[in-house]
Amino acid sequence: MSKGKYDIKSFPGFRAITLLCLFILYAPLLVVTVYSFNDSQSLTVWEGLSWRWYADVFTGPESGKFKEAARNSFVIAIVAATTATIIATLAATAMVRGGKFKLRSISFGLISLPLMVPEIVTAVAVLIFFNSIGFERGLMTILISHIAFCIPFAYLPISARMQGIEDTYEQAAMDLYATKRQAFTKILLPLMMPGIISGFLLAFIVSLDDFIITNFVKGAGVETLPTAIFGSVKQGLKPNIMAISTMLLSVSVVMVTISYFVSKSDNTK
Amino acid sequence: MAAGAASGGSATTDTYAEAKTWLLMPAWVTIGIFVLAPVLMMLVYSFLTKEFRGGVIWEFSLSAYDQFFFDRGLFGDDPPKIEWTYIAIFWRSIWQAGAATLLSLVIGFPTAYFIATQPEKTRAMWVFLITIPYWVNLLIRTVSMKFLLRDQGPLNDFLLSIGIIDSPLHIVNTNFAVQLGLFYSYLPFMVLPIYAAVERYNFSLSEAAADLYATKWVTLRRILLPAVKPGVIAGCILVFVPSMGSFLAPDLLGGAKNFMIGSLIEEQFKGNAGNWPFGAAASMILLTMVLIILMIFARQQAKAEKGAS
Repeated sequence: MSKGKYDIKSFPGFRAITLLCLFILYAPLLVVTVYSFNDSQSLTVWEGLSWRWYADVFTGPESGKFKEAARNSFVIAIVAATTATIIATLAATAMVRGGKFKLRSISFGLISLPLMVPEIVTAVAVLIFFNSIGFERGLMTILISHIAFCIPFAYLPISARMQGIEDTYEQAAMDLYATKRQAFTKILLPLMMPGIISGFLLAFIVSLDDFIITNFVKGAGVETLPTAIFGSVKQGLKPNIMAISTMLLSVSVVMVTISYFVSKSDNTK
Repeated sequence: MAAGAASGGSATTDTYAEAKTWLLMPAWVTIGIFVLAPVLMMLVYSFLTKEFRGGVIWEFSLSAYDQFFFDRGLFGDDPPKIEWTYIAIFWRSIWQAGAATLLSLVIGFPTAYFIATQPEKTRAMWVFLITIPYWVNLLIRTVSMKFLLRDQGPLNDFLLSIGIIDSPLHIVNTNFAVQLGLFYSYLPFMVLPIYAAVERYNFSLSEAAADLYATKWVTLRRILLPAVKPGVIAGCILVFVPSMGSFLAPDLLGGAKNFMIGSLIEEQFKGNAGNWPFGAAASMILLTMVLIILMIFARQQAKAEKGAS
């Protein structure tokens, strides 16, 4: 292929815009990370590196609130992501390995419904629903709504993976007298693992990060990390919020990175 | 949504065909009960009477929609005039979302194009770099943006220290800050579908145009752009739709003057001062607008696919 001036593919400035794009995406996150290590009461003045705001998160006056919120967030994210992943795996099996059937496109529409309805509308709807059936708001209502809207996030990588696996392995197993259940648990599931893991991790992050729906259905006195952070931010930006944010964003980045490398690894070859 | 449509494709085999009902049941039940039924319930609520301490009285009423569109004076007995307050909030949301979409397109298209024309090995890494920030908590990203843009924030410090400006720029609490926040929230949604479209594009078409003495830019505009249009439209919708109903960016970066639909809805369900039927009605109007946009989009995509085959 021709290079340089005569390369019809390259346009002047596009590389610069791409780098600008990455800069815009990362600059705010880097700035917050750097300032979370600032040894100063004030947000503006730089007074050198320190861990004091991280210590403040764990031992400071607000530490009790944050610990409780972190526990709620992680428990909900683990349970919601696990449940959503199981539901999504079963659904993907039917959608990808279930032949053609009448309700197929309706099922797909239903599974992707939480992606199509604006989040604030889902939040209102779920609040109204729990209220009208007299279900008291609290951890349980958060958990249930998280399970429901995490399903499509778990479903997409799982079904994409399953579409990439030929069914010859399962057929071979069944020719050798394996039952369908055995073919599923012993052959398909292990092959599906990268898809399932990345589906789980995405669902986990989505649940951990959710603010809008949680804020609507949480009920008084129950906080998750995002709602606790939002409450603090509303009273003004403080350095300990920078520290918490940095920790939470590290969790997300680590998880997405794992998900990326797991889904790239291909154990079918 | 665009990614979803792709995996809605045909089934690979029918190995587990007879178990499909049982396999799908948990998904049907969970989403049916906890997403679909609530949306229908919300529709019902939007036609009920408001209860004064939050909640509803089970009595049919059109007053929520009436309040949205008409002004009947303080005591409700004046001849109805059009009520512009809420229409203006919706209009502002559309405008803000549109501006954010345009901003994303201007930055996102060259980025997507650049990534798609990189050697195959490095493409995945570029895409990964673009998507990482999306997975960071939206609240944290918005707070970070606010921190960066503040009057005494690092951006102003930097610009002051190199002498470009004499006094800090007031960015926070302006329309522009909200647009920037929305742009920052959803930029990857613009890049990914355009990237996918450009990656599929057959560059020998551009080469043919170049052989016929078309300049690069003419080739881009007349040959490439029509070919990748579905990806561009998908990107615009994926940015526009969530921007319109967003809550965090207008709330944290916009301040009280830059109210958008999300904040209007949220206010109706907060504490005792809210008006649930009105909030439900505003949500229904937002949902209807979004569904109409998605339907037009789906029909156009279907048409484009028909044209292609």
